[in-house]
Amino acid sequence: MSIDTAPTTSAAALDATSAAATRRDILHRLLMTLGPILIALVIAGCILLAVGVDPLAYYGFVLEKGLFSPLGIQQTLTRMAPLLFLAAGLIVAFRAGMWNLGGDGQFLLGAVTAAASAPVLVQIMPSWLALTFSFLIAMAVAMIWSLVPALLRAYQGVNEIITTLMMTFLGTSLANVLVKLVFRDPSTTVPQTRTLPVEDRLPRLFETTITSGLLLGLAAIIIVHLVMTRTAFGLKLRIVGANPRAAVHAGLGVSGLTVTVFAISAGLAGLAGAVDIIGVQGNVRADWNPAYGLAVIPAVFLARMNGFAAIGFVFLLSVLSIGGESAARRLGVPNHFTLVLVSIVLIVLALAEYVDHRYNQSRKA
Amino acid sequence: MTGLFSEVFLSALLFGAVTAAIPLLLAGLGEQMSEKAGVLNIGIEGMMLAGAYLGFVGAFYSGSLWLGFLTGAAGGVAVALIMALLCVRIGLNQIVIGIALTLGLEGLTALLHHFQFSRSYPRLPAADATVIPLLSDIPVVGPAFFKHHLIVYLAVALVFGMGYLYRRTQLGLNLQAAGDKPAALDVAGIDVIRTRTIAVLTTGALAGLGGAFLANVGAGLFIPFITNGAGFLGIVLAMLARGRPVWVLFGALLFGVCLSLTTAMQVAGINIPTDVIQMLPFLAVMIMLVLFGRRASLPAALGIPYERGAR
Repeated sequence: MSIDTAPTTSAAALDATSAAATRRDILHRLLMTLGPILIALVIAGCILLAVGVDPLAYYGFVLEKGLFSPLGIQQTLTRMAPLLFLAAGLIVAFRAGMWNLGGDGQFLLGAVTAAASAPVLVQIMPSWLALTFSFLIAMAVAMIWSLVPALLRAYQGVNEIITTLMMTFLGTSLANVLVKLVFRDPSTTVPQTRTLPVEDRLPRLFETTITSGLLLGLAAIIIVHLVMTRTAFGLKLRIVGANPRAAVHAGLGVSGLTVTVFAISAGLAGLAGAVDIIGVQGNVRADWNPAYGLAVIPAVFLARMNGFAAIGFVFLLSVLSIGGESAARRLGVPNHFTLVLVSIVLIVLALAEYVDHRYNQSRKA
Repeated sequence: MTGLFSEVFLSALLFGAVTAAIPLLLAGLGEQMSEKAGVLNIGIEGMMLAGAYLGFVGAFYSGSLWLGFLTGAAGGVAVALIMALLCVRIGLNQIVIGIALTLGLEGLTALLHHFQFSRSYPRLPAADATVIPLLSDIPVVGPAFFKHHLIVYLAVALVFGMGYLYRRTQLGLNLQAAGDKPAALDVAGIDVIRTRTIAVLTTGALAGLGGAFLANVGAGLFIPFITNGAGFLGIVLAMLARGRPVWVLFGALLFGVCLSLTTAMQVAGINIPTDVIQMLPFLAVMIMLVLFGRRASLPAALGIPYERGAR
C-alpha cells in the first residue's frame, strides 16, 4: 500500500515544496530589495536631521510627488523613458564584458542630432516619419561616435574604459559646440537649438502627460533582455563577455562582435537622448547635461544585467529624482540630496547582496 | 607681438597651466597606485570632492593653507576608507561602489556647501608663493614655473619619489604583484588585502590633496562640483601612463595647458566657445591612441577582488 502511494505523495509534496520555494524565492528577493532601501532611507534621514530637516516630511514629500500624486507619477514614468534606453544599452555592453562608460557623451550627441533634425524634418514630411528619421539619425550618430573606442578595443586592444571616458568628455564638449555654433536657434538670445513644436513631439499616452517614449523604452529593454538571454546572438555575446579567449577558440569573430556590441550599446544611448528630446524637452540648451549615465551604470549592475530587474531599479531612480526635485523646491533641501540618497541606496543594496551571498554559502557548507 | 603673445601673457598662461595641472597630477599619481595594486578606483572623483570641501573648510576656519591641505587629504582618506572596506576587504564591485561614492560625495559636498557657504561664498586670500632664487629671474619661464606655492614643488618631487618607490622598494614590488598576480603575492607570504588597502588609502590621500589644492590654491573657494571631472581625467592619465609616474606628469601638464588656454581665451575676449579648447587634450590623446595605440599594459587582476582560495 505504502509502495503504491509513495511516489504520488512525494511528487505532490515536491510540487508543493517547489511552489512554496518559488514563492519564498520571490518574497526573499523582495525583502532583499526593500529591506536595504529602508535602511538606506534611515541613514540618509540621519543626514537630513543633521542639516536640520525633518526626514519624515522630506520622504513623505518625495513619495507624494514622485509616486502617489497623479502628476508626480506621470513625471516619474516620463523620466523613465531615456533611462530605460540607457540601461538597455549598458546591459548589452556589460553582458559582453565591455565597459562602455561613455554613455553620457553618446546620449548628448544623440540628443543634439535629434534636436537639430526633428524641427527641420517635420516641415517637409509627416511628423511620424520625421520623428522616425530623427530617431534613426540620432542612433547612427551615436553609433559612429562609438566606432573609435570600438575599433581601438577590437583591433588594438586599447582598454575601452579610458577611450569611452575620453570620448564622453569629447562628446559633451562637441555637443555644446554644436548647440552654440552650428544648430543654434537664431531667434533666441540664449544658445539653444530650435524647439520642436509640442504637437509634433511624441504623443502622450491616453489622457496623461506620460510620454509614449516610455513604451519605446520598455520595448527596447525587454527586447534586449530577450535577445541576450534567448538567442544564439546573445549567447555569443555572453561568451565573449565571459571569456574572450575561449570565444576565439570557439570560432567566434570577437573583433566583429566587439564593434557590434559598441554600436548597439551606443545606438541605444543615442536613442535615449533622442527620446528625451523628441518626447519631452523639445530642444537642447547649451551646457545641458543631465548625466543620467552615471546613475544608471550602478543600477544595471545591481540588477545583475537582468532587463526586468533593471526596469525596477530605473523606476526607483526616477521616483527618487522626480520626488527629490519637487522636495528641493518646496522644503529648501537642495536637489543634490537626491545624489546622496541614490548613493546610499546603491551602497546598501550592494552590501545586502554580499551579506545574502555569504549567508547562502555558509548554509550550503 | 604685443597683446596676446606678450611675455607677460605667456608666463601667465604657463603659470595657470601648472596650477591647473597639479590636481590632475595628484589624482593621476593616486589612481596609478590603486591601479597598480589591482583596484580600479572610480570613486576618485568623490575623494577629490571630499578633499576640496574639507580642505577649504580647514583652510577657511584655521587660516592656514597647510592645515587645509591636511584636512583635505584626511577627507580623501576617509572616502578611501569606505572604498577599501567595501571593495578590497569584502570584494564588492569596484565600479558600482566607485560611482556610488562619486555620486554621494557630489551630493554631500554640494549639500553642505548650500547650508554653510551659499549665502556668502567666502574666498581665501591668494596663496603665498615660494620664489626660487635665480631660477625665477629667467624671463617667461621663471615666473611661470618658479613662483608657486611650496606644495607645487613637492607634488612634482613626488613624481620621482613614486618612481623610486615602484622600481626600488619592496612595497613597490608588492603593489605591482597585488595587481598582476595577487595569488603569487599571497603565496610569498604578503597580505594582498593589506597591500591593496595601503594603495587605496594612499590614493585617497593624494586625491584629497589634489582636491584641496584645486579649491584652496586654484580657485580660492569651494563651489559644488568644483572638480568637474578632474578625477576621471586622473583615471585617464593613470591608464595612459602605463605605470610610469613621469608620464602622468607630462599628461597632466598637457591637460593643464589646455585648461589654462581656456581661461586665457576668455580673458582675451576671443569669441570661440571654450568647449572647443576643452576638446583639444582629448583629441590629442585620442589621435595618439589611434596612431600608436598598442595594447595598454594594465595589471592583469585590475578590477578583480582578491579572495584567498577562490578560482
